Amino acid sequence: MAFLEIKNIETFYGLIYALRGVSLSLEEGTITAILGNNGAGKSTILKTVMGLIEDQPDKGTIEFMGKRIDRKDPEQLVRLGISYVPEGREIFDELTVRENLLMGAYCRHDRAGIKQDFTRIYGYFSVLEEREGQLAGTLSGGEQQMLAIGRALMNGPKLLFLDEPSLGLSPILVKEIFAIIKKINEEGITILLVEQNARMALKIAHVGLILENGRFVMKGKAADLMEDEDVKEFYLGVKQTESAKGYQRWKRQKRWR
Amino acid sequence: MFLQLLVSGISIGSIYALVALAMVIIYKTSEVPNFAQGEMAMISTFIAFMFLDTYGQSFIVSFTGALGFAVALGAFLEFVFLRRAKDPNVLSLILITLGFEMMLYGLASWKWGADQKSFPFPVSDFDIVNLGQAVASHLNIATLFVALFLMFILFLFFKYTKVGIAMKATQQNMIAARINGIRANRILSITWGMSSFIGAVAGMMLAPIATLDPNLMMDPLLKGFAAAVLGGMTTLVGSAIGGYLLGIIETLFGGYVSLQFKSIVAFLIIVLVLCFKPSGLFAKHYVRRV
Ligand SMILES: Nc1ncnc2c1ncn2[C@@H]1O[C@H](COP(=O)(O)OP(=O)(O)O)[C@@H](O)[C@H]1O
Ligand SMILES: [Mg+2]
Repeated sequence: MAFLEIKNIETFYGLIYALRGVSLSLEEGTITAILGNNGAGKSTILKTVMGLIEDQPDKGTIEFMGKRIDRKDPEQLVRLGISYVPEGREIFDELTVRENLLMGAYCRHDRAGIKQDFTRIYGYFSVLEEREGQLAGTLSGGEQQMLAIGRALMNGPKLLFLDEPSLGLSPILVKEIFAIIKKINEEGITILLVEQNARMALKIAHVGLILENGRFVMKGKAADLMEDEDVKEFYLGVKQTESAKGYQRWKRQKRWR
Repeated sequence: MFLQLLVSGISIGSIYALVALAMVIIYKTSEVPNFAQGEMAMISTFIAFMFLDTYGQSFIVSFTGALGFAVALGAFLEFVFLRRAKDPNVLSLILITLGFEMMLYGLASWKWGADQKSFPFPVSDFDIVNLGQAVASHLNIATLFVALFLMFILFLFFKYTKVGIAMKATQQNMIAARINGIRANRILSITWGMSSFIGAVAGMMLAPIATLDPNLMMDPLLKGFAAAVLGGMTTLVGSAIGGYLLGIIETLFGGYVSLQFKSIVAFLIIVLVLCFKPSGLFAKHYVRRV
């Protein structure tokens, strides 16, 4: 039995057909990366599972640890042990760093455990401890991303969704954050990672999938995908042969960075 | 005379401040100015009156009962009507609150009639304390203390309790609140209940100096709303200060310039503020993320 089993889901935004039959099964303890172009539907997969799109998925089923969870409210899913770091962080700007983290533990009542997790998260991201009393809206982009991840961890999740944690961050910060994502996984949390930064994502993932126009077009071990010619060309920005139209290469690299 | 006017201004300002707080608390979560706020308070005050007068209950029982009723009424209105609106825009929400307003007003007129009743109160408006140049009635003082006490409780609630922080979180970003497991709907009900409670306190503090009839809260509602706008509509502290400013300025104007035009001065101030600082005097400039 897979840890999270998505079977053939279809999602609509009104009349827009965003997911056209997506299936995915996550093994417990792994990192799975979903790669794809802007607008491919990566975020929509996470939002559909999280129950954030009303009355969706239109078709298909989702099971978490053997239980049906499709069309459940996010409030319920959090309580089952699923945490979600949305695209664009969505932290509480006008709350302090500490209050943000406290809200991550909203569903928990074990004081000792919460305290322990504060220490754990401050261990991952020491800057958060330094900024404990500061309003979250005044943090830098990288710090906000760390806070968003920290807040999701405060729920004590079994499964963690990450939507483009590298978005808008400097390469050094991306490296730092990805190293921590790997560490979080090694401590036992299953991770589903959505990324446009395919190179970084495949480096830490076990399994990778490629999404185009609301469908998976490729799936494989991360290491294999890294060696695949198409993936190299279209997602990693490695040009195999010199093209007559040199500008295309430039454009492509810029898009996939 | 100045000091005496100041005392009255602060006293009525307390009422305006409470109404403003009640409105802002709802505005921040439901994003609608609740025009039924006044009638919700008025009905709750009538409930207290009913306990006292019809059933001969003690002040404690009556006031507790009325405040409990206020909380239930607020939560009920939110749950039964507001939540049903699908993808509502601000206009339709305003319309819903205007609907409540008319409903509650009609209900009060039907149940208690339009004749004015005097509202018994444990603190007298005639016993006075000498403040040197001015005198303050016991009721004046009680009003100020009750208002400040409530504000202090609110401050503690929003700063130190989990539910209070979750309420702020929901106000700032509803989606983010939900993905952290905060039941946004429950927070909305709590918000309405709390706001209704604060409004009811204002109504019950006002009733002994005004007279109790279905129009009790008409004027205070508009003033409270004005105070909230003055304060920027989104900050609790700002709206409270707005309430006191309005009460004081209005009373001074009534004393020194013209009693007839006293009410208008409030709106003159609002217009001026909106011309020169449209976001209100105390609004913090942050963009709400949806
Ligand atoms: N709220 C929405 N309403 C309508 N269409 C949407 C909405 N959100 C996303 N879409 C559309 O669904 C498709 C997938 O979007 P998304 O999942 O955000 O892509 P990705 O995360 O891969 O960049 C896009 O074509 C996008 O325009
Ligand atoms: Mg996206």
